[in-house]
Amino acid sequence: MTGRILNALLVTALLLGLWQALVTLADLPPFILPGPVRVAKALWNNAELIGWHALVTLTEVLVGLAFGVALGVVTALQLAASPLARRLVKPALVLTQALPVFALAPILTLWLGYGLWSKVLMAVLIIYFPVTSAFFDGLMNTPRGWLDLAQSMQATRTQTLWRIRVPAALPALASGLRLSAVYAPIGAVIGEWVGASQGLGYLMLLANGRVKIDLMFAALAVLACLTLLLHVAVSRLCDRLTARMV
Amino acid sequence: MTAPALSLSGRATIDGSPLFGPVDLALEPGGWTCLLGPSGVGKSTLLRLIAGLRTGVDFAGQITQAGGPLDPASIAYMAQDDLLLPWRSVLGNVMLGAELRGQKGDRARAEQLLSNVGLGDHAGKRPAQISGGQRQRAALARTLMEDRPVVLLDEPFSALDARTRADMQDLSAGLLRGRTVLLVTHDPAEAARLGHRIYLMEKNGLHRLDPPPGTPLRAVDDPDLLSYQARLLQRLRHRAAP
Repeated sequence: MTGRILNALLVTALLLGLWQALVTLADLPPFILPGPVRVAKALWNNAELIGWHALVTLTEVLVGLAFGVALGVVTALQLAASPLARRLVKPALVLTQALPVFALAPILTLWLGYGLWSKVLMAVLIIYFPVTSAFFDGLMNTPRGWLDLAQSMQATRTQTLWRIRVPAALPALASGLRLSAVYAPIGAVIGEWVGASQGLGYLMLLANGRVKIDLMFAALAVLACLTLLLHVAVSRLCDRLTARMV
Repeated sequence: MTAPALSLSGRATIDGSPLFGPVDLALEPGGWTCLLGPSGVGKSTLLRLIAGLRTGVDFAGQITQAGGPLDPASIAYMAQDDLLLPWRSVLGNVMLGAELRGQKGDRARAEQLLSNVGLGDHAGKRPAQISGGQRQRAALARTLMEDRPVVLLDEPFSALDARTRADMQDLSAGLLRGRTVLLVTHDPAEAARLGHRIYLMEKNGLHRLDPPPGTPLRAVDDPDLLSYQARLLQRLRHRAAP
């Protein structure tokens, strides 16, 4: 574990060094690419501002994750439990993927306003399909032997679903969750770009417009850290969820 | 519990091409019927038809139990794979059936059955923490927990090492005494040792053979048994040759 952290720190330090070297050697002006030292300074000087906007984005992401995962899980369960639902809902589900979700951002802003909910919905739309599809695949691929056993025991359909198919599908759900942890921030930031008065995406646009490129990079770095932390947290959760499944 | 007679007669086809048949199989009531044969002749399919499980074949014929229709609730099923759920304890796996039917399981009885199969000290462990032979014993306890008069065994010992296999045969013969058992196997020694009735399934049909002298469970070193299983193996090899 400590070895892995050490490795990560080493790679990060190396990349930062390369970045600084590139800026220094190519003599790039700071309004094109500020060096890491400059970005760190901007981060330090604007810590409170960035922190506030990061909190807004984090809230959007977490609320989006909660709703998106809940909705995805419920849909997958419905689809798995009912052939009728599969016939009716599945084509619609695939159709939603034919529509680029990013293109919906302006419409969502128009309908839901500049506040929290247009971003939450954006995140929900982005993670809904991966979660639904991963969990549904897991539910439909229960090892045949277990289902035979359940049938020979005169199991009810509901009990088979909850006691065999759902636990057996948790590793599949976990891969959906891991994806959604990375996708959700994308949704929230796109929502902020299209129309917002707060959040890291908004701050980046604002800084860009005022040629405060160092601030923009500082916001970007914080966003990357947030996504990374979220990914690690969800991965840990998924590992615990699936540890008992093997 | 009265162990019923059970019989199957008919033929099976896959997409129009014949898999087996016409065959006539009659299980010994209250005893072991061994269905021996090479892989791919449809032994397992036959067992799955009786168990009411999905087979992917078209079966034309009938399956009767004590002269009447088949009662799926009187049949327990055990496969080559132990089919233990990895997220449940050994005890939880033994008690699975009742839970799947939405009933409350009899914990004391499950614990008793686990100690009968020699797993009394492993009740709280997960399947991954016990050996392959122990897992198959847990599966046997789960099958016994269902307490059905008919037990269908689909090569349940074939993945075990020789010693564990012989132990499992002893244990199963004792614990399943008095039930109508169908054992599907590709091992002539196993069929010779355990069968009250022995059927040989081949490409050209199903043949009922005279069992070796004596009653099961036959001793592994019985000379009659050894020469019988040798003849059985010869016959299997001879038939398998082109």
